Amino acid sequence: MLDIRGVNKRYGMREVLTDVSFTVADGRMTGFVGANGAGKTTTMRIILGVLSPDSGTVLIDGVPVTASDRRRFGYMPEERGLYPKMKVAEQLVYLARLHGLSPASARRNTADLLERLGLGERARDTVESLSLGNQQRAQIAAALVHDPEFLVLDEPFSGLDPLAVEVVMSVLAGFAAQGAPVLFSSHQLDIVERLCDDLVIIADGEIRANGSRDALREQHGSPRFEIRTAGDTGWIRTVPGITVIDFDGDFAVFEAETDTASQDVLHRAVALGAVHTFSQQRPTLATIFKEVTS
Amino acid sequence: MTNATRPVHTAPTFAQGVWLISNREISARLRSRSFLIATGILLLLSMASVIVGSIVSQNPSLTKVAVVGTALGVVEQTEAFDIVEADTVADAEALVRAGTVDAAVVPSTNADSRLGITVIALDSAPREVLGTLSVSPDLKILDPAQQDGFLAYLVAIGFGIIFLMSATTFGATIAQSVVEEKQTRIVEILMSTISVRALLAGKVLGNSLMAFGQIVSIGLLVSIGLAVTGQRVLLAEVGPAIVWFAVFFAFGFVLLAALYAATASMVSRQEDVGSATSPVLFLVMIPYFMVVFFNDNPFVLAIMSYVPFSAPVGMPVRIFLGQAEWWEPVLSLVVLALSTMVVIVIGSRIYSNALLRMGARVSLREALHR
Repeated sequence: MLDIRGVNKRYGMREVLTDVSFTVADGRMTGFVGANGAGKTTTMRIILGVLSPDSGTVLIDGVPVTASDRRRFGYMPEERGLYPKMKVAEQLVYLARLHGLSPASARRNTADLLERLGLGERARDTVESLSLGNQQRAQIAAALVHDPEFLVLDEPFSGLDPLAVEVVMSVLAGFAAQGAPVLFSSHQLDIVERLCDDLVIIADGEIRANGSRDALREQHGSPRFEIRTAGDTGWIRTVPGITVIDFDGDFAVFEAETDTASQDVLHRAVALGAVHTFSQQRPTLATIFKEVTS
Repeated sequence: MTNATRPVHTAPTFAQGVWLISNREISARLRSRSFLIATGILLLLSMASVIVGSIVSQNPSLTKVAVVGTALGVVEQTEAFDIVEADTVADAEALVRAGTVDAAVVPSTNADSRLGITVIALDSAPREVLGTLSVSPDLKILDPAQQDGFLAYLVAIGFGIIFLMSATTFGATIAQSVVEEKQTRIVEILMSTISVRALLAGKVLGNSLMAFGQIVSIGLLVSIGLAVTGQRVLLAEVGPAIVWFAVFFAFGFVLLAALYAATASMVSRQEDVGSATSPVLFLVMIPYFMVVFFNDNPFVLAIMSYVPFSAPVGMPVRIFLGQAEWWEPVLSLVVLALSTMVVIVIGSRIYSNALLRMGARVSLREALHR
């Protein structure tokens, strides 16, 4: 478990992070969402020890993280970085060895990972000769090659084609499934929505929302329902405790003051004829994001 | 989830990190075609200079002179001429006119002649012949110069050029590799893995080893070349200076490498490397121009041999010229080593402060700020 506690950071007069605290739990994919300049990259750099905070700590299972602990992290910086003129496999072996792996296990991990990411045939090519998408895959391999126990990935999906997004998603999910805490930032809210278990929303250097995705949805859930029936839905207007928001023949969106009111609508609809859909509207991540950051 | 014990992690030590980094630097260099070509050219140049030197310094064939009659005894005594005997003075003159001999030596017709011989030449006084046959007063030199002036000039310039070329080649290489890491941002991954100091040390070590290897191979090549071309006397004279040069270079280059790395880390793009490192380039060029202009000025050379930037050139030249006492190179080396340490400390501070700052050039004040 990775704990970020009360982290503050300022550059000169500008306050970049204010009392940032959140937890990345074991085996959970934690999405880190925020606008450009909100402080995501700075936070991640502090977790990795590339930057030092003005105050606050990063804890692993309750113990402050040390320099040698950081070798157990897999890190993918926002701005991609690999040696352009070095061969892919050679580069991964080098990075694995810098993280303390023996030459043999570094080579084994490299071959394994390149295969899984579909780069097996490009192992002996230089990084600069790869397409952008493949460079991105190599970058992800660089974050994973040393069997990290924690993953911190800054925008791992940006610049990936849809196919590569799927590959990377499954690799990351597999990682979390083994019990590793995974923190990843993204501005592609739909991907975060699909992938993350927990969510941390940051704006202007402050954590605005933090918790499991489902709990957040619950918290920000609206009392809105959707209904589509075989006949006209105009009658819903007359049900007590109901406000119709949108209406279009056989389709309606309404807000119910109480649970009984919404159930009342359903009973009547069923009595009148076939009901095709009846569901509570769940807020999208985009909605929650807009709500907490505005 | 509150157990304080963690799995033992086999993190590489500082030394292992430095070793891995320096190995990568070396293999990256060895794979770069431009590096191999530049090294080849440098080695060829130094080899060529030895060969040219040997051709120039080969003893020219003995001067041919025609000798008539009693003059033979005098000329034979000198053992400095290729003698062609002529029967008459007229025959000898004919040989001179024909260009078969450089001069003729005949018995003097002047009774007062002290040497009893006359030298006949075609159009000007044959200085070599006259010099050899003249009687010289006794000569006593109080403070003999140990080396021939022209040779000293060549040796000084040789050290100067090799220092300049090696230092700038490897200095530029290390600067580029620093900016490459910064530009591609791989430096973030590196910094999250090993300490910035280990990173800097590895880069400096790797490139210094390469530079030192180049210097040693040039030194060996020149020494072997001198031995093979029969210039053993020269080898015995230049040899110690070459060894000292290599030792001074080892320290001097580490100092320059740290400066190159630190100044390069202040910029983010390859295009800016040149302007960022130009102050260091200036420091490298100074000793070169100083030896070119002042290699016959013992006072300037003495100062040069103690200033850390120019000591790698200045001290070996003084050793070659025999101007340095035995303790002088040692003292100068201590000065150099101490200043190298100071520069490394300052350089690593600049380096670690500037590495993550992208975009505009980092000012020196910002880079030194803690």
